[in-house]
Amino acid sequence: MEIICCLKQVPDTEAEIRPSADNTAINYEGIKFVINVYDEYAVEEALKIKEKIGAGTVTIVTLGPERAAESIRTGLAMGADKAAHLDDPAFLGSDSYATAKALAAAIKGMPHDLILCGMRAIDDDAFQVGHALAEFLGLPSVMGIVKLELSADKKKATVHRQVEGGVEVLEVPLPAVLGATKGLNEPRYPSLPGIMKAKKKELKPVKVADVGLSTGDVGKQGFKTQVAKFSLPPLRKAGKIVEGGTPEEKAGQLAKLLREEAKVI
Amino acid sequence: MAAIWVYAEHKDGKIKKVAFEILSEAKALAGKSGGPLCAVLIGSGVEGMAAALGSYGAQKVYCVEAADLGAYTTGGYTKALCDLVQQEKPAIVLFGASINGKDLSARVAGRLGVGLATDCTGIGLDDKGRLQVRRPMYAGKVYADVVFSDAAPQMASVRPNVLTLAAPDESRKPEVVKVAAAVKSDDTMVALKEVVKTGGEKVDLTEANIIVSGGRGMKGPEGFQILEELAGVLGGVVGASRAAVDAGWRPQSDQVGQSGKVVTPNLYVACGISGSIQHLAGMGTSKMIVAVNKDPEAPIFKKADYGVVDDLFKIVPAFTQEVKKLQ
Repeated sequence: MEIICCLKQVPDTEAEIRPSADNTAINYEGIKFVINVYDEYAVEEALKIKEKIGAGTVTIVTLGPERAAESIRTGLAMGADKAAHLDDPAFLGSDSYATAKALAAAIKGMPHDLILCGMRAIDDDAFQVGHALAEFLGLPSVMGIVKLELSADKKKATVHRQVEGGVEVLEVPLPAVLGATKGLNEPRYPSLPGIMKAKKKELKPVKVADVGLSTGDVGKQGFKTQVAKFSLPPLRKAGKIVEGGTPEEKAGQLAKLLREEAKVI
Repeated sequence: MAAIWVYAEHKDGKIKKVAFEILSEAKALAGKSGGPLCAVLIGSGVEGMAAALGSYGAQKVYCVEAADLGAYTTGGYTKALCDLVQQEKPAIVLFGASINGKDLSARVAGRLGVGLATDCTGIGLDDKGRLQVRRPMYAGKVYADVVFSDAAPQMASVRPNVLTLAAPDESRKPEVVKVAAAVKSDDTMVALKEVVKTGGEKVDLTEANIIVSGGRGMKGPEGFQILEELAGVLGGVVGASRAAVDAGWRPQSDQVGQSGKVVTPNLYVACGISGSIQHLAGMGTSKMIVAVNKDPEAPIFKKADYGVVDDLFKIVPAFTQEVKKLQ
């Protein structure tokens, strides 16, 4: 089975995010980058499927700047077989639409029985690339899956999709684009031999022309949405500490404040 | 002028509040652009819900129906909405940023080849009448003002509980347009086998008005019982920090934070949560924050409107009793 995993490199969740001096970009100085956690679930699931079948290839596909190669290597160290890195200045600044266009163009030229991705990336929080990628490839898509089972003939998958108050059980013909969320699995840590092996695995750079696109299709030129300005959220000030003697008195005081002052209960 | 559309998501025969919130705000946009304000209902047997949309300002309500639209599927609803957009050519389409609102809008934007801004907290028009929005990124660590290309319609999903709900006017009757959608079972692309309820009728955290959340300080899954009781009395739902979810005390769908859900309730009660940067990002836009923690140095107190420094296992049950007394 040929499995594609889309992987994005994002700032660590503990990173403080600040706009650049002119407020038109994010200041990435000093920030630690990691694999988007939802994409880690996708990689783990791909590896589990390959291990269960005992055959197949797991290929990581990433669009991102040069530094993203480090996260790709981490994915290879987890056990993925090879990777394609859409690394071209023309791709930089791509919005969700242009990103999905570029990924679709790259994946079209690769064998794919199943495409896994994270349901969202924790940097731009757009929840868009998975569905748009599927749309451009003409494939079904299900985002937010917490369980995945392949049929015996591997032509279909049964997935559990998280919805309000429960899960939907869906049967999806393959190939399809499936978006992982927390709960699907526990991603493994790369092992030391895995890290050593990853250094020798194929990591193919991909330029805009290689996937049949022109610079006007992607990056800042191919935009459908664009950030005009970044700003920091309004600061929240520390409020009142509820005083009182016993816990009961404090609880009573809190209830009174929320009822009379804040008017929220 | 071309129209502004609001996709009206419904569940169990009721329209989601966020659709009314968007209509309330979009009325002003329609006034500015001069185009009509319309709502779109998709499903099977949805016409009965049209009047409510009219009362919040929709002048026209499209009722898009087909047998295969009885339950939500990404493929079926995408086909139904895209066909109607291509026929009627609205200028702007707005969605509620619920699980399915985000799901549908993403695939629709791909098919139509248009821009989409997700989970917006502010919507407006630029001087050319194009949509412009403000949206949090990095779970709210920064805000982005987003502009669109000329591709129409411009689309956005709007975060629940952010825009101000106007008072409905029952005397306003919308024009109801019935649309027979050309959606077949093939268009759904997937087969919905069953829906397994795990959380009862629990409202999703992203749409909840009141959230009572617990962290590492709850000490175990049984500790959350007192939070369930408080949430029950307040009419809220229970959330959790990443620490509590990773410890297996709560399902992952309860997780609030950058790697969980970003929430905007009217009241967020954080119990035994110290307040990591990624948790604070996920709940920092709550209208009112209350923190209960025995550590006076916990970072959560820097964000809280009201803080109680004490043992939560004493404070929470006592507070539940106090709230009961007030009711």
